[in-house]
Amino acid sequence: MQEVITTDMLCIGAGLAGERVAIETAKAGFNTICLSLVPARRSHSAAAQGGMQAALGNCAMGEGDNPDVHFADTVKGSDWGCDQEVARLFCETAPIAIRQLAHWGVPWNRVEPGEDGYFQGGKKYSKTEKSENAGLITARNFGGTAKWRTCYTSDGTGHTMLFTMDNKATQAGIDIHDRCEAVALLHDGTRCFGAVARCMRTGRLRIYYAKAVLIASGGFGRIYRESTNAVICTGGGQAICLDTGIVQLGNMEAIQFHPTGVVPGNILVTEGCRGDGGVLLDVDKKRFMHIYEPAKAELASRDVVSRRMTEHIRAGKGVPSPYGEHLWLDIGHLGAKHINTRLREVEEICTNFLGVDPITQLIPVRPTQHYSMGGVRTDKHGKAYGLKGLFAAGEAACWDMHGFNRLGGNSLAETVVAGMIVGQSCVRFLKGESACFDTGIANEQCRNVQQRIHTLVAGNGREKAFSLRNEMQDVMMEGVGIFRNELGLSNAYTRLEELHARAASLKLASNGCGANAELSLALQLRGLIRLALCVTKGALERTESRGSHAREDYPERNDRDWLVRTLSRWDVDNDHPCLDYEPASRVWEIPPGDRGYGGGTVISTDSTNKKEASE
Amino acid sequence: MNRNLYFNILRYDPEQPDIEPYMQSYLLKETERMTLFIALNRLREEQDASLKFDFCCRAGICGACAMVINGRPGLACHTQTKDLPAIINLLPLPFFKLIGDLSVDTGIWFREMNRQVESWIHTKEVFDPQASEQRMDNSTAEQIYELERCIECGCCLAACGTARMREDFLGAAGLNRIGRFLLDPRDQRNEQDFFQLIGSDRGIFGCMGLLACEDVCPKHLPLQDQLGFIRRKMGLRALHNLFKR
Repeated sequence: MQEVITTDMLCIGAGLAGERVAIETAKAGFNTICLSLVPARRSHSAAAQGGMQAALGNCAMGEGDNPDVHFADTVKGSDWGCDQEVARLFCETAPIAIRQLAHWGVPWNRVEPGEDGYFQGGKKYSKTEKSENAGLITARNFGGTAKWRTCYTSDGTGHTMLFTMDNKATQAGIDIHDRCEAVALLHDGTRCFGAVARCMRTGRLRIYYAKAVLIASGGFGRIYRESTNAVICTGGGQAICLDTGIVQLGNMEAIQFHPTGVVPGNILVTEGCRGDGGVLLDVDKKRFMHIYEPAKAELASRDVVSRRMTEHIRAGKGVPSPYGEHLWLDIGHLGAKHINTRLREVEEICTNFLGVDPITQLIPVRPTQHYSMGGVRTDKHGKAYGLKGLFAAGEAACWDMHGFNRLGGNSLAETVVAGMIVGQSCVRFLKGESACFDTGIANEQCRNVQQRIHTLVAGNGREKAFSLRNEMQDVMMEGVGIFRNELGLSNAYTRLEELHARAASLKLASNGCGANAELSLALQLRGLIRLALCVTKGALERTESRGSHAREDYPERNDRDWLVRTLSRWDVDNDHPCLDYEPASRVWEIPPGDRGYGGGTVISTDSTNKKEASE
Repeated sequence: MNRNLYFNILRYDPEQPDIEPYMQSYLLKETERMTLFIALNRLREEQDASLKFDFCCRAGICGACAMVINGRPGLACHTQTKDLPAIINLLPLPFFKLIGDLSVDTGIWFREMNRQVESWIHTKEVFDPQASEQRMDNSTAEQIYELERCIECGCCLAACGTARMREDFLGAAGLNRIGRFLLDPRDQRNEQDFFQLIGSDRGIFGCMGLLACEDVCPKHLPLQDQLGFIRRKMGLRALHNLFKR
């Protein structure tokens, strides 16, 4: 018999978003359980170094900042792909969220009054912090923002936020079932009422009945070979939603590459490096970003910097290495004191993994897969499309304030802001709902999963999970990377379809007992490949370039035809995703226009021929 | 380079208690910049799919991959094979419950520790969403961050003499956590409150001062200073309590 657990709220994921929602529902008096692949404090949220955007306007270079400016930056950053109602809500709430975190214990860096030097583009400048702002939360510079708005604790911002959040969750008495993976959602076609999960200590299955279910399981960067994501970022949450055949995923083709993944290893060094004044250098140890982007240089948005770096490497300016060509990141001029305090994680990563001392040596970097803007499509309340009682938040969701490119510092902010807003919406839902759990459906789902496991262990398949996964990752790197085109994408799609077919006949090399990693991967693999197919098909169909989605064969941003969000669904028993589209935003507070960086032409909404978008 | 590396790895699955724990050997060719993260994953993918071990961030910031590497607790992800001899012995961390092979249950232990030391800000002040944040000196914030950097990897407990003898010992990680809240002006607990939590042999008086915790801490936390600081504070509090009676 399976263990059966009943609760009011089931959060799949215990990172910042999952726990923030959980705290909201637990505070309202509802029994709340979070499932987590790892102990909650090891969630990928902990890896975020640089900071969280919130328009406080406390520091000298942030003076005059407010949610309107933050909103404009976010919309431009998204390349007008975001839901502007959501972006507005987000920017208004971020200052409250960050102050609440300060109240809960995050040791945010604070304003120190007086004159201080800072670097930009390799040059030193000076600023004076006002004495009346002493002790308020300060901020650093990040890409694509008009003001210094990224609040931080050295370069361990995600870590301190997550530990504070988990402290709060512990205080609130939230149950964290760690080492537990959701493998299927329970639903009757209209209503979601729980999940089947696999205990990763014992391998046994459990049924969780819940009145409301939240997907907050993070991104799916591990469909790519070179990713900054933790090894647990395998898109499990999105995959079990896709398996329902009903729930839709939004903008899956919008995949962000971060300019500074280290070579080799693909570990991220924070955007704070560039924000604090670090510069990118080429094979001749010369700066180049200012040539492509005179206004913003190293501090253009991530999609733009990543593309410019790739262009520069293609122009023969890359540094050759046994791991392929890369560029250099230089932070040495910031000085030992700055690096040893505010960029200490960077210092540790360089010394431990590269044997490079960033104070005296250059850091080898290149753009690396980093963030999934797409995910479980929700409305502005965080309700997933398709199933009642199902919610999503954080990177797992496409709530959609990021559109086609997320600004640095906006993901940490999203986790806690969405956590507050979606959490309140879960509370409202729970208050109006009585439970109705269909045990027949649950037992059948559980039997299905058990059957899948049995087939993997004892069946007559011949494919190996690890090698199929590796093939998929290579296909994605080759065909669905920073620059995309028809030929590369359609080849990738065909190869992924083959892999999807082969994944139906997996066979384990091990016995699958207990905390077996091969079995976990084998269970995930079909979902992983399906997510990859959604990404690739979305990218193939979208014949324009917007934000992180750059088509070499369609270099214009085409607002006339593509001011829409892609929705992917996977009909049960189908072998391909079905795409649909909806308007990118219902409200246009800022009509589509020029971003001010990144160049490129725009085919405007209101014309049949090319012209500049009008205000 | 191009050495043959010999890995001796402890094998045991609590789900199959009939099979006694044993050491299993594997051979792997070393490659440039190989870390134990790369090596163990290659062993699992190419030689033995049943191997159990944990990695998460693989970047030295989450603490998942702590294990005993040639006799010393450390993070496998940032251990480079070039710094090790050709024979590499890998054991799971002691002290924590074994999940299988090199994987141990740090999550449950740390969650319980956090609950026991009430690892959250204790304050009567209610959050006002309309108000500006409470001010704090940047130097105070940085001092708190210095202690907040613990990643709960468990190395300090694995290296701790006291923890080997009493399983309820809070260890350097737990005491460091108290130190973090002692420093924080937002936390309204007083010394007596903290004394109640750690003023015993399972807390600060259990520490034998061997200080291996600091030696092995992969984040280089100032655990030794913290233990000394809290010990003095709690010692004085103990005397104070004694004379009050």
